[in-house]
Amino acid sequence: MSEQQNNSAATRPETVIAARDLTKRYGKTSVVDAINFDIAKGEVFGLLGPNGAGKTTTILMMLGLTEISAGRVSVLGFDPARQPLQVKRRVGYLPDAVGFYDHLTAVENLAYVAKLIGLPMAERSRRIAAALTRVRLLDVADKRVATFSRGMRQRLGLAEIIVKRAEIAILDEPTSGLDPQATIEFLDLIRELKAEGVTVLLSSHMLDQVQRVCDRVALFRAGKIALMGSVAELSVQVLGAGFVVEVEADGAGIARRLAAIPGVGNVETLADDRFRMTADRDVRADAARAVVASNGALRRLSVDEPSLEAIYARTFQATPSGGVRDAA
Amino acid sequence: MRREGSAFQGVGAVFVKELSDNISSVRMLMLQLLIVLTAMAALYEAIAALRQNTAEDPFLLLRLFTVSQVPLPSFVAILGFLIPLMAIGLGFDLINSEHNRRTLSRILAQPIYRDALLLGKYLAGLATIAISLTALWLLVIGLGLIFLGVPPGGDEIARSLAFLVIAIFYAGVWLSLAMLLSIVFRSPATAALVALGLWLFLTVLWPMLAPAIAQAIVPPDPRFAALGLDTPGTAIWTQLLQRFSPNDLFGEAMLAVLSPTTRTLGPVFLDQIRGAVMGAPLPFGQSVMIAWPQTVGLIACTIVLFVAGYVLFQRQEVRA
Repeated sequence: MSEQQNNSAATRPETVIAARDLTKRYGKTSVVDAINFDIAKGEVFGLLGPNGAGKTTTILMMLGLTEISAGRVSVLGFDPARQPLQVKRRVGYLPDAVGFYDHLTAVENLAYVAKLIGLPMAERSRRIAAALTRVRLLDVADKRVATFSRGMRQRLGLAEIIVKRAEIAILDEPTSGLDPQATIEFLDLIRELKAEGVTVLLSSHMLDQVQRVCDRVALFRAGKIALMGSVAELSVQVLGAGFVVEVEADGAGIARRLAAIPGVGNVETLADDRFRMTADRDVRADAARAVVASNGALRRLSVDEPSLEAIYARTFQATPSGGVRDAA
Repeated sequence: MRREGSAFQGVGAVFVKELSDNISSVRMLMLQLLIVLTAMAALYEAIAALRQNTAEDPFLLLRLFTVSQVPLPSFVAILGFLIPLMAIGLGFDLINSEHNRRTLSRILAQPIYRDALLLGKYLAGLATIAISLTALWLLVIGLGLIFLGVPPGGDEIARSLAFLVIAIFYAGVWLSLAMLLSIVFRSPATAALVALGLWLFLTVLWPMLAPAIAQAIVPPDPRFAALGLDTPGTAIWTQLLQRFSPNDLFGEAMLAVLSPTTRTLGPVFLDQIRGAVMGAPLPFGQSVMIAWPQTVGLIACTIVLFVAGYVLFQRQEVRA
């Protein structure tokens, strides 16, 4: 019956998660303070922010694992506070620092979850084998989880979501503590999920990775969403422009010529021969032409793609340093 | 507003997993060894004593449970002491270990309610204890048959079965307590220590403290003392206070069920037993009647402790 619901809704651009004034209070302090967001089907959405900004609490509220103080959230059209089983049947969750039963094997751990989901026996073993193959853990399927590295545990957690055939995967800090190679592999798996049409919600404070996989991000600050949008949108909004091009060249009047290029907002002279331009597009070709046209010697031309790190830094610096009042 | 779906969805899966964990755990093996070895020692002594007078006693099988030979207490007394240890051993880390292994949020993100996790774990613990006790019970009856050579009568079997059922409920009290503590305390070591402290207090210290408190409430009357009797008021208070310990309730119920001649568990006036044939056994039904309030007390205690744990667990935050 649930499939029918989804089919009927699939015709319009679908919002799978919608939060309205979602609030969580412990006593008088609001951990999550009236946040609003919509997540569309099939997108990878990043929740970003320092520790304690309310990301995990938001996730737990979406799963009905913690009470909502005010506002509402709907997940796939269900209210997690009232219909938690419907929500949890369709949403896979990989908690921060996921734990498994160490004395059981990978297969046994997944089988337990599959039983809790209510899968019949034959279906269970088929799905588990397939999921373990996907996350490349098939050769250690019958090893006890106690021997697994952190990266393997995270992949096993992802296998659980695959076994569940979740429509939404919620991953809380999935790559923290992983080595670079494991991180890259994990991000590839997330992309695979996205390619299958799974909506992925990713919480992280590792900006670089979030930027690599997320379609849109929300920046959390002290329980509020400070910014939301795609990385490109945010960079325009926060940094004032999307691209920063640095030019190292000798020649007379280069700064003037660079400033004249259409799309360039501002040219800073860093040194006699170094200039930094902010522009709303990639203006490297024009800059090169401008330097050459002025008979200058072009030595270096580099572009900083809009970086989440810069956006993040700018956003969190913007908090008045004297304002300790609600520094969470 | 009603919750959708059944609170019991997933209980079966949790139950099976926890039961297999319990049974295969080293901890369980040690507890079982402890109980079986001590119980066997008590039984051996009891059998040695009983072989002297096999022909005289109509309830030979029941004597196996209750006869104590000087260095060792009786089989039932040993169980009364060790069943709590077993229940605490199984229950002290039921919930907090899931927190500490960080499996709790992952399991609760599956389509089950918290009820299922708690109930499945509790029932698995109780089933583990029930299996051990049943095995022990069969062992006792088997040994009795081999060494005494007297087949037990229907009444004896019924009484020993009643013993088994009451013993399981007694274990239930301690398992509920251990589970409650595993919810309250995040550290398994703290929960275990508090549970063991309560166990020692209730089984060892409380039987000594209760008479002292009773004497403070109703000071002993020198006139009774002169006659070599207990002051009735003090005796009643002592018993009342002692009954706060599940250990005492278990002991009283066992006394009523396993010693058919037991007519009352409290002090009685002489005129209340006028006409009674002293030493004549009561029918099984009457013995159960005597043990019933104690049994109900144990069941009620189990339920109260379980509900307290349930309410706390429902309100507990999932995140570590």
